[in-house]
Amino acid sequence: MTTEPEEETNVCGLSVRRQSRMNGGFSSLRLEAAGAMRTVLVSAESLQLTLKPELTQEEQALTHAAAAGSGRPKETLKAGNEDLKEMLESNKESLKLEAMKRIVQLISKGKNASDLFPAVVKNVASKNIELKKLVYVYLVRYAEEQQDLALLSISTFQRALKDPNQFIRASALRVLSSIRVPIIVPIMMLAIKEAASDLSPYVRKTSAHAIQKLYSLDADQKEQLIEVIEKLLKDKSTLVAGSVVMAFEEVCPDRIDLIHINYRKLCNLLVDVEEWGQVVIINMLTRYARTQFASPWKEDGILDENEKAFYDSDSEEKQGQREAKPYIMDPDHRLLLRNTKPLLQSRNTAVVMAVAQLYWHLAPKHEVSIVTKSLVRLLRSHREVQYVVLQNIATMSIQRKGMFEPHMKSFYVRSTDATHIKTLKLEILTNLANEANISTILREFQTYVKSQDKAFAAATIQAIGRCATNISEVTDTCLNGLVLLLSNRDETVVAESVVVIKKLLQTQPTQHCDIIKHMAKLFDNITVPMARASILWLMGEYCERVPKIAPDVLRKMAKTFTSEEDIVKLQTVNLAAKLYLTNSKQTKLLTQYILNLGKYDQNYDIRDRTRFIRQLIVPSEKSGALNKYARRILLASKPAPVLESAFKGQLGQTPLPWTNEMDRDRFQLGTLSHSLNIKTTGYQELSDWPAVAPDPSVRNVEVIEPVQEWAPSLGKAKKPKSDKFYSDDEEKEEEGSGSGSEDSSSRSSSSSSSEESGSESEEESSRDLEKTSSDSEKSSSGSEASSSESESQQKKKKRAKKVTPRKSKQAAADSDSDENGNGPVGKTSSSSAESSSDSESDSEEDSSSDDSPAPQKKTVAKTKPKVEVKSKKEVSLLDLDDFSAAPPSAPKSSVFSSSLLSDLEGLSLSNVSSAMQVTTSSFGPVKTYELLHHMTGKGLSAKYHFPRQPCLYQPSMVAVQVILTNSSDHSLEEIHIGDQSPASLNVHCFNTVERLEPGASVSVSLGIDFSDSTQAANFQLCTKEDQFSVSIQPAVGELLMPSTMKEPDFCSEQKKLMGMNETSATIAMATANTSKQNISKQVLSVANVGVVSSDQNNLQRFAGRTISSGALVLVTLELRESSTALLTINTEKTVMASMLLRDLKQALCQA
Amino acid sequence: MPCSNFVSPAARKERFLDRRSQPPSSFLPPSPRPSASPAKMIHSLFLINASGDIFLEKHWKSVVSRSVCDYFFEAQERATEPENVPPVIPTPHHYLISVLRHRIYFVAVIQSEVPPLFVIEFLHRVVDTFQVRGHSPLLFSLFMSASFMPTHLPASSPRLQDYFGVCTEAAIKDNVVVVYELLEEMLDNGFPLATESNILKELIKPPTILRTMVNTITGSTNVGEQLPTGQLSVVPWRRTGVKYTNNEAYFDVVEEIDAIIDKSGSTITAEIQGVIDACVKLTGMPDLTLSFMNPRLLDDVSFHPCVRFKRWEAERILSFIPPDGNFRLLSYHVSSQNLVAIPVYVKHNITFREGSSQGRFDLTLGPKQTMGKAVESVLVSSQLPRGVLNANLNPSQGTYTFDPVTKLLSWDVGKINPQKLPRLKVNRLDMYGEKYKPFKGIKYMTKAGKFQSLDVVEPEILLTQKLRCLNPYAPSPDHSQSLHVCRGFRSERSTFVSSRCNDVWFETHS
Repeated sequence: MTTEPEEETNVCGLSVRRQSRMNGGFSSLRLEAAGAMRTVLVSAESLQLTLKPELTQEEQALTHAAAAGSGRPKETLKAGNEDLKEMLESNKESLKLEAMKRIVQLISKGKNASDLFPAVVKNVASKNIELKKLVYVYLVRYAEEQQDLALLSISTFQRALKDPNQFIRASALRVLSSIRVPIIVPIMMLAIKEAASDLSPYVRKTSAHAIQKLYSLDADQKEQLIEVIEKLLKDKSTLVAGSVVMAFEEVCPDRIDLIHINYRKLCNLLVDVEEWGQVVIINMLTRYARTQFASPWKEDGILDENEKAFYDSDSEEKQGQREAKPYIMDPDHRLLLRNTKPLLQSRNTAVVMAVAQLYWHLAPKHEVSIVTKSLVRLLRSHREVQYVVLQNIATMSIQRKGMFEPHMKSFYVRSTDATHIKTLKLEILTNLANEANISTILREFQTYVKSQDKAFAAATIQAIGRCATNISEVTDTCLNGLVLLLSNRDETVVAESVVVIKKLLQTQPTQHCDIIKHMAKLFDNITVPMARASILWLMGEYCERVPKIAPDVLRKMAKTFTSEEDIVKLQTVNLAAKLYLTNSKQTKLLTQYILNLGKYDQNYDIRDRTRFIRQLIVPSEKSGALNKYARRILLASKPAPVLESAFKGQLGQTPLPWTNEMDRDRFQLGTLSHSLNIKTTGYQELSDWPAVAPDPSVRNVEVIEPVQEWAPSLGKAKKPKSDKFYSDDEEKEEEGSGSGSEDSSSRSSSSSSSEESGSESEEESSRDLEKTSSDSEKSSSGSEASSSESESQQKKKKRAKKVTPRKSKQAAADSDSDENGNGPVGKTSSSSAESSSDSESDSEEDSSSDDSPAPQKKTVAKTKPKVEVKSKKEVSLLDLDDFSAAPPSAPKSSVFSSSLLSDLEGLSLSNVSSAMQVTTSSFGPVKTYELLHHMTGKGLSAKYHFPRQPCLYQPSMVAVQVILTNSSDHSLEEIHIGDQSPASLNVHCFNTVERLEPGASVSVSLGIDFSDSTQAANFQLCTKEDQFSVSIQPAVGELLMPSTMKEPDFCSEQKKLMGMNETSATIAMATANTSKQNISKQVLSVANVGVVSSDQNNLQRFAGRTISSGALVLVTLELRESSTALLTINTEKTVMASMLLRDLKQALCQA
Repeated sequence: MPCSNFVSPAARKERFLDRRSQPPSSFLPPSPRPSASPAKMIHSLFLINASGDIFLEKHWKSVVSRSVCDYFFEAQERATEPENVPPVIPTPHHYLISVLRHRIYFVAVIQSEVPPLFVIEFLHRVVDTFQVRGHSPLLFSLFMSASFMPTHLPASSPRLQDYFGVCTEAAIKDNVVVVYELLEEMLDNGFPLATESNILKELIKPPTILRTMVNTITGSTNVGEQLPTGQLSVVPWRRTGVKYTNNEAYFDVVEEIDAIIDKSGSTITAEIQGVIDACVKLTGMPDLTLSFMNPRLLDDVSFHPCVRFKRWEAERILSFIPPDGNFRLLSYHVSSQNLVAIPVYVKHNITFREGSSQGRFDLTLGPKQTMGKAVESVLVSSQLPRGVLNANLNPSQGTYTFDPVTKLLSWDVGKINPQKLPRLKVNRLDMYGEKYKPFKGIKYMTKAGKFQSLDVVEPEILLTQKLRCLNPYAPSPDHSQSLHVCRGFRSERSTFVSSRCNDVWFETHS
């Protein structure tokens, strides 16, 4: 025992002494704790415990206690436990340990070992760590049952709470708080409060866990605990974040106000929090966002309106009147979406699911689909994971077919899947079925019907039935198929088919006598009650169509009536009644016979029914008025049942019929409630979006960051901007813009771009500062952004003034970044902004493109030494963020980031070449292609060109500008894009053009992912009345985007792409093309590549990347004498290379 | 395999009664907790074996009576197959979430709303901690009805010690104290605390025979004396003070192709699941960068937490501080939308002799012409229907086994060379008198035969491409990774293992 002398005296002394050490904040608590301690002592005394000063070791005290306490249960001790007790009381450590191990084994088997408590508890202060841990295990398990004795161990923990080793402090708190003894609540409270301000984040984490334990022990402590939570929420350690949010969720989930000021911090920390914490935080933030932000879902409708306004105002004079967007996504909302997106790549399936549900519940509709791939990936995981993920996909696929349709094959059932997995996959396949893929799906289903798993086969038949009703084209096919199944050997299959056919026939009121007759013939062989009942019902319902057969079936039923199942009996009575009404001559006696049988049936339902039917159909004095209507009542035409997704209702294991009405999607995705389709204990309803978003300023934090000295210039440069961004003025402006004051609206749309980028960098900076990371890249990126921003402002003021190409480029990039920040809202505005800046820059681009890399180089060179200094300063190598060269990942990876990246590339430690930069378009002259001639288009004509802008919608898409002109004499309405082929084609459609006046034209932009192939994209251009099939076939050069690189990079990249990746040809050039300028002009007209400046006169180099996959395409033109040249193309896309070669050859040969 | 095989229903019932007859009072806390809302997260854990015995229980909060498992047993009884037990079961006061691994059900008891995947993922993580990843032969046999399955390779280097080789009931029972200590560390109040196996190994050392002996003699313990430093740092997955004389880093790229092929051998759907497993034994705190020649092939990726997301997003470079020892760096998925080439084709045909109970089952397997590479360790297993009495086989290559109890026919083909076309012939299919006609019994597996115009789901293929070690010190020009070791790392030598399979497997352009 290594206890200090003064502590030996009295357990009470400890708390008293501590009292003097502590500062004022806890005084009342301390008193309470001291009181509790006294109670402990009293209760110990009541156990004849002697805690006299002369006792020098705590262990001795405990031994006494043990001796005293063990008196009672002695009789109950079994022989086996007796020797354990002896072992525990021996002096040998190894014996004690052995005993504890055996006790733990007892506990693990669920055997009762509580009688050993006194013997065990005295080892709580053991030096042997393993022994101690096992004692802890025991203590936590039995303390609740042996409260008095448990109190004896408290002082040990109290002492350990002061230990210099954080590990010991934490584990003491863990055990202390796990002992569920109400009397020590004040002690726990004090311990938690102290631990919450511990220097070690690990101890603080433990205290967050302890909060929950204390709360579940004594809910009255709530108020005090909330204070601790509030304090811990402000903690900046990633270690604490998850645990404290967990505590928050448990103790005070409704105190959403505590989150406000921590919101941004949590978003930014999220990536680095441990995975379990991520799940909790994401779920909490989902709830938070649903209460704090305006719905992004209305936007589509609103956008349409705006789009129209925008296109109408193509002519200059209206420009100023353009209305501002009523919906602008709160930057904080965007921040959350952006920061959770990378977590889709977590290895933890729970994290992926949490992000998926977050996107489902929070993201604008068109962004949700980014979660698809990750969810599909999870399907490869364990069976149980599959089960939950499939459940969620099933719910999603009901609402959003398109999300999962491309992955349909991933839901094909494998014969080895568990039944519930199969059923879910089947459900999803059924949800995904549409006209285009139904034949494939039905073919799959046909194999499933043959499955050995009968439950699954039956479910498949149900699914076929659903497809048949949903897709009218295949109804007959399905029906025929199901009829074929009637001759199946398996009874369950037949029975299920009968049931489904019955439903289908109801929805198809046309003549299906043959099928009914066929089923009547099968009737004898079918034994499944439900199927028999279905056939009987069909007979009755359509008895007039099968006048000969129905009475015969009734005759048979009369024979077997008594031995039938209840459900069959009921239907027999029904059939009899209906036949009696339609064909009383033949069936009167039969009916009476059956009614008599039913009258004395054992089942009261059947007796009731019989009585009712008899009164209804058989005219008598008593039967009264209803009799007249019997026919109308019984033979009324019935509405066809709706074959709905079984999944919309209950699919779980407990069939609760009343839940069938309720859709599973009323629950938040990913929750237990969703999985079970019942409201579980503690489920919190996800609130609806607020009609008006609450004040966003509550999330503002004053940036007081200790780390600011890292980049003082940066902080200064940005601060005013960030202030401005979040200042009230700005908000007013945003709010005001909704009301549509002309002046501010035009301003806000243009200024928002710059401010947005300001916010971008502000967020970044706050992130920088919060983490103790060097982030030199970022600081330079931040300043880069802010400088470019100021430039763009300048530019705005002096539009007439000629802008330097670099600036204009930056501005373009800047406005792009706005889109990424702002989502779809910014898109329309920026397209105009970009096109204007484009026209300016185009003219200069040619001449200046040679110079542009130079200043970039300078920046790099300038920042580099700074970095080195910093990395020396850096304390740890462990930082997670020091490589993040890009700003927090935008949902659509952007030009902004890539151009920034190139500025920073020199800082990266990797040897990956700096050939990463992708610039905006480098060449102006636009070739316009005809998409739709006005003769074929009934007045609508369409032309398209490739603007060579990076596509706004997805980086892998090629931007296509389409100009729609109405050359008819009437206005065209609802111009939109219809079906696309091939099905895998990924097209971002333009928003529907509501109305196009005669003679007017609008230009809309499309994004098409050609996947780096020149295969034409076919789609339909639809108006309200007509549809026109059109196709866009890109020239190979349009599938590229320019990439600027320096010559050495070019050469090194080229070396990597030799051999089969090289394609070359010698060409004879037209004489007009010999000058360097003309050559590049020709090349650039063919392909969207960037010029690589070169010192060598006879060499010209161009670099680009394929848009979809980003593969490098390097073009080298080596001039030889007598106007021949060697044209070489290096790319791994060899097919593209040869096509490009052909195109270039053609262009250069022609004048 | 139906669990009821292990124990008769009567015996089960007895056990039920047994359980119920135990006085519940000794298991229940003396006083119910005050009226606070039910605590979230994992309350208790029960381990249940295939015969329905609870052989381990652990409670993180107040004790939940094990009678709660009766609801689970009911569900188990309803399910025809062990894996058909629904993973989430509601009971009146609790919810049971279970996973089945190695014929052991890990049943977590929870009291209120919690994301089910959270619990499921955690339970799987527990099993993964107990055992070496990939050592799960049982898993495969459960999943595959007809599969090509080479023995799963452990990483090509000696693995670091894991707690138990395979997580079996016996192993858990033998090491119950270690299991208990582990579970105690992994959850605090039902919320995961330390789940990184590197950290856990520092907290509680894996049992080895040597250590057990030493411990019994000296009385020293398995429990680490210090808090793992990783737990406190920003790199919770790595311990500090790692030292090796030979610094090595191994990366295995393993790709598995899941495919459904039809009777004629053509592919209905094929997907690739790839992983990069690493075994890194490097001194100090190395920061590694791994770049790919063609990162775009990695369609959808999931990372070990050590990988920096942003760097990947921006540059498609894997940058990370590796955990010490074995870990799965990333896994990726190439979906069925892309063209996935399958290295072999399988055709099968079943004929019956009219009026006899015998039939003939031909199975042909061969390499696809386009593949220039040999395929190794090919194993075909087909689940024959219960009616099959015996099967005599005539393999042209390799060996076969037929298990008359499970009716599992496995054909170990071995290596397929591009030239040879092995051919397996089953001469006879003997069946004993079931009520139905013999060919009825065959129906399940002869879907192909019955619907020639249709695609057929079976057999399914799981293919693990065996990886070969090329000359470790001279990475060949076509391999797709390169290793960059950055600061803080003194590289004596770094070793390389590269796969030889990748590029041909998935062409992504459509």
